[in-house]
Amino acid sequence: MKLQLMTMGFVAAVITAGAIAPAAAEGTLTVTSWGGSYSESQRKAYYEPWMAATGNKLVEEEYDGELGKLKAMKEAGSVTWDVIDVDSAHALSGCDEGLLEKLDYSKIGDQSKFLPGTALECAVGTIAYSTIFAFDTSVLKDAQPTTLADLFDTAKFPGKRGLLKKPFGNLEWALIADGVPAEKVYETLSTPEGVDQAFKKLDTIKKDVVWWEAGAQPPELLANGEVVMTSAWNGRIGKAITEGKPFKIVWDYQEFDWDFWVIPAGSKNIELSYDFIKFASDPKNMSQQSKYIAYAPTHVDAIGLVDPAIAPTLPTYPDNMKTAIPTDLAFWADNNEELTKRFNAWLAQ
Amino acid sequence: MAAVDVPGILTIDGVPLKAKLARADRTRKLRALGLVLPLFAFILLTFLIPLAVMTFKSVKNDETFGRLDRTKEALADWDQQTIPGEAAFAALAQDLQDAQKMRQAGEIAKRVNYEFAGAQSKFKAIARKVEKMQAGPYKEVFVATDKVWSDIRLWRIIHSASQRFTSYYWLSALDLREGADGIERAPADQAVFVDVYGRTFWIGGIVTILTLILGFPVAYLLATQPVHRASILMIFVMLPFWTSLLVRTTAWFVLLRTEGPLNDLAELIVGMRFDMIFTRFGTILAMTHIQLPFTLLPIYSVMKTIPPSHIRAARSLGAGPFHAFWRVYYPQTVPGIAAGCLLTFILSLGYYITPALVGGPRDQMVSYYISYYMNNVINFGQASALGATLLIITMVLYWLYNRLVGIDNMKLG
Amino acid sequence: MLPLLGLPPYASTMERAWRLFFFVFCGAVLLFLISPILIVIPISFNDTSFLSFPQGNWSLRWYEEFFQSERWNQAIKNSIIIAFFSTILSTTLGTIAALGLSRPYFPARALIMAVLISPMIVPVVITAAAVYFFYANPLGIGDEPLFVLNNTHLGVIMAHTLLATPFVVITVTATLTGFDQSMIRAGASLGATPTTVFRRVILPLISPGVISGALFAFVTSWDEVVLVLFIGGTDQRTLPRQMFSGIREMISPTITAAATVLVAVAVLMLLVVELLRRRSERLRGIRT
Repeated sequence: MKLQLMTMGFVAAVITAGAIAPAAAEGTLTVTSWGGSYSESQRKAYYEPWMAATGNKLVEEEYDGELGKLKAMKEAGSVTWDVIDVDSAHALSGCDEGLLEKLDYSKIGDQSKFLPGTALECAVGTIAYSTIFAFDTSVLKDAQPTTLADLFDTAKFPGKRGLLKKPFGNLEWALIADGVPAEKVYETLSTPEGVDQAFKKLDTIKKDVVWWEAGAQPPELLANGEVVMTSAWNGRIGKAITEGKPFKIVWDYQEFDWDFWVIPAGSKNIELSYDFIKFASDPKNMSQQSKYIAYAPTHVDAIGLVDPAIAPTLPTYPDNMKTAIPTDLAFWADNNEELTKRFNAWLAQ
Repeated sequence: MAAVDVPGILTIDGVPLKAKLARADRTRKLRALGLVLPLFAFILLTFLIPLAVMTFKSVKNDETFGRLDRTKEALADWDQQTIPGEAAFAALAQDLQDAQKMRQAGEIAKRVNYEFAGAQSKFKAIARKVEKMQAGPYKEVFVATDKVWSDIRLWRIIHSASQRFTSYYWLSALDLREGADGIERAPADQAVFVDVYGRTFWIGGIVTILTLILGFPVAYLLATQPVHRASILMIFVMLPFWTSLLVRTTAWFVLLRTEGPLNDLAELIVGMRFDMIFTRFGTILAMTHIQLPFTLLPIYSVMKTIPPSHIRAARSLGAGPFHAFWRVYYPQTVPGIAAGCLLTFILSLGYYITPALVGGPRDQMVSYYISYYMNNVINFGQASALGATLLIITMVLYWLYNRLVGIDNMKLG
Repeated sequence: MLPLLGLPPYASTMERAWRLFFFVFCGAVLLFLISPILIVIPISFNDTSFLSFPQGNWSLRWYEEFFQSERWNQAIKNSIIIAFFSTILSTTLGTIAALGLSRPYFPARALIMAVLISPMIVPVVITAAAVYFFYANPLGIGDEPLFVLNNTHLGVIMAHTLLATPFVVITVTATLTGFDQSMIRAGASLGATPTTVFRRVILPLISPGVISGALFAFVTSWDEVVLVLFIGGTDQRTLPRQMFSGIREMISPTITAAATVLVAVAVLMLLVVELLRRRSERLRGIRT
């Protein structure tokens, strides 16, 4: 009897298990973004208003900017992400590799109204952000770092530094700290000697680096005293400052870049995805996000709608832009793979 | 067979008893096998075959095979010493045109780039260039675009990538590569895996030794205390054993932080803080904590079977306490030590979560790289080759465990 | 102190000192084993938002966040569903197989046992990678798979069942050693059908082993994170998976609340296993 019961249980289990496999319900959109306070700002500015306005459901997913998982999903024939927030390098390389849907701008809005370089074939810009470095003023009370060179100066500022666990951004900074003029950075990085030079400079601080992978980590590392200074995405530090943390941003040689909305090729919810992107690209909605995190909009009409009081915290503010290095998207789209390989071998050694 | 040889006793229906017994025996065997069959089939289908398929992936050119067929054909008679002729360039151009249309050029570029650093951007550039070309001569265009196209090494790699099978991933997993004259060592800035294996064994070994040093006395204590006291002390061992690995890792993550409790204590006692999180020290400490019950319990269960009278007998025969312990007690615990240590060593080799969360970049073990190649860079071939090597090592150790300990003696709790 | 040392009267001073050292050492090791697990508990009841030693006030703040956030709730639900079904599947498969394995006439026993236990030994990352490829196209036919098991509950359940069965096989086989096979024959000769024999004779005797095997299976699935990382999607986020991203992405003390809840579950499991062990020993007439 019990054996029969068990067998029946077994069958029931298999059937139920099959039944509880997710049914991609109509009107459910999975949006993948970078987590932490950035996702929170998107939740307030886009996700919740969009759900309220359309009655659709939106599920959030987090990632660290690697399209690997997407590629795997595509190969497996089950893409469960519908809209992704990607950085510029992946917006281009993902398009090249056929991972992303080519966008139909008639379903989004006037392509010419986006800032130059933010309305791409497969991706439409959503924010301008920058990679900066920051420190805790309650820890570094007297001498405070003011230039990029200070990030690499472990004699003047002893202690651990947080850096992004990718070559992206770090190599540029290493070259500048090593004396390469900002406008020559990508030219230098295109040569093997230039790459060697960058890694050699990074070698000088390698043992003092705590590597972070997720955008939410740098403010935590600072707050917990794990590092004396850390590179970070400016909005994350800005958010922590508004929450009362005694952090300070160093804007010297900030690395200026965009984030984009993309639709993965093979997504089963393309129309809904367009609906969401259209909503999020509307100037009025877009201007809301800066309220929650210090990133600047990409739509020309949205820029004027941003509260002037928060403008000085944005990467686009003229004072912050003085020495900014604009990220060379094409360079990273072509070289990200190789440099990442080299970077990881370097890390492991 | 035996039934024919021995006529002997017959059963009631005229069949020789021996045959009848043999048949009954066979039925029983079949019935026993039948009970095991569902699980065996399940493991075969969802585990053993997938492992074989994975291993097979490490020798295949999934990204390029079938996508460079024209080039493959054009290079069939190539001498591998001179720059190929126009025909090969034209074939490659056509293959790339097709690939570009199917949006596969990126994958081909990525695959070739594994073996030829810098090839990816060149491939992408040339693919964009030839996309619109209707007719040749292609060779001039290629070479004019980038001098890399007259590099014989690149062509050798294209040639080998167009084949169905490749030895690249296995060589690379051993820090080797195919050079102009046979197999050579990979350049230093790419050679990481031998180091990673060494590190994996090193960490596994240290953890095993530490768990033995810490576990042996405690096992002895538990085995020699009266039952009621031992079962209370046992809670200290069993609670961690039943607690989620992630909880224990989380706990160590909290403990080891620069501003964490351990460092608060250190500051109080010695007046300074230490780097413990994201270090080898932290990784080994956390792993030792997690593995300790696995080493301790087999030793304990062996010690339970050793009668205390042995030591007493030795003492009464005049042996000193240490001598009695070392010559009489310790030898009897060796099977337990072998079982516990081997199990811990095997399990330590596969660690992923704990080093990933409390270790630094130099403390990541083979499993991390398998995961990294699987999930981050989507290089399935490399992930499979690394996985297969670790699998082989584990299987050898498992075989050893079976020989020395016997799987039947594996006990839990 | 001396009675605790439990030394015979003829022990030397040296021996006493050594013995004392031994106790201190063992005490330290036991403390090392238990304290990391206990340390998360006070932190989880504290209102400071840092993962440091408790300094603030008593608070259930992190538990509120844990039980009220949709993500954690979803994770709890997923963990329960997945662990429940993999427990049932693995206990059934494992128990039946163990019954077969302990029949006296079993051919090639050692080899088959080694195969059945192997999912426990193979590093889980390798299993995850292999299973991942398999799930992408389970039937292995054609380029376009008929169905996909990655990112499904069924897939995760199957993979967890795979990891959990060795524990069931080991515990049930252990209860069956010393099991007197003649009892089956006795039952049969008294006219019982095989089902009755199983129900009335075998099951009561092996049930402690089956239940503790089931508990092991439950805990295996309940704790597992690597397979979920590889083959699970957004909808399959389990408790450990959520904790994993909790440590990596937003380091909030909520994970200590989650950890405390999991420790409580572990204590519960430990108690049940201990009770079962005693019952089993009583039933089989083993005296300790």
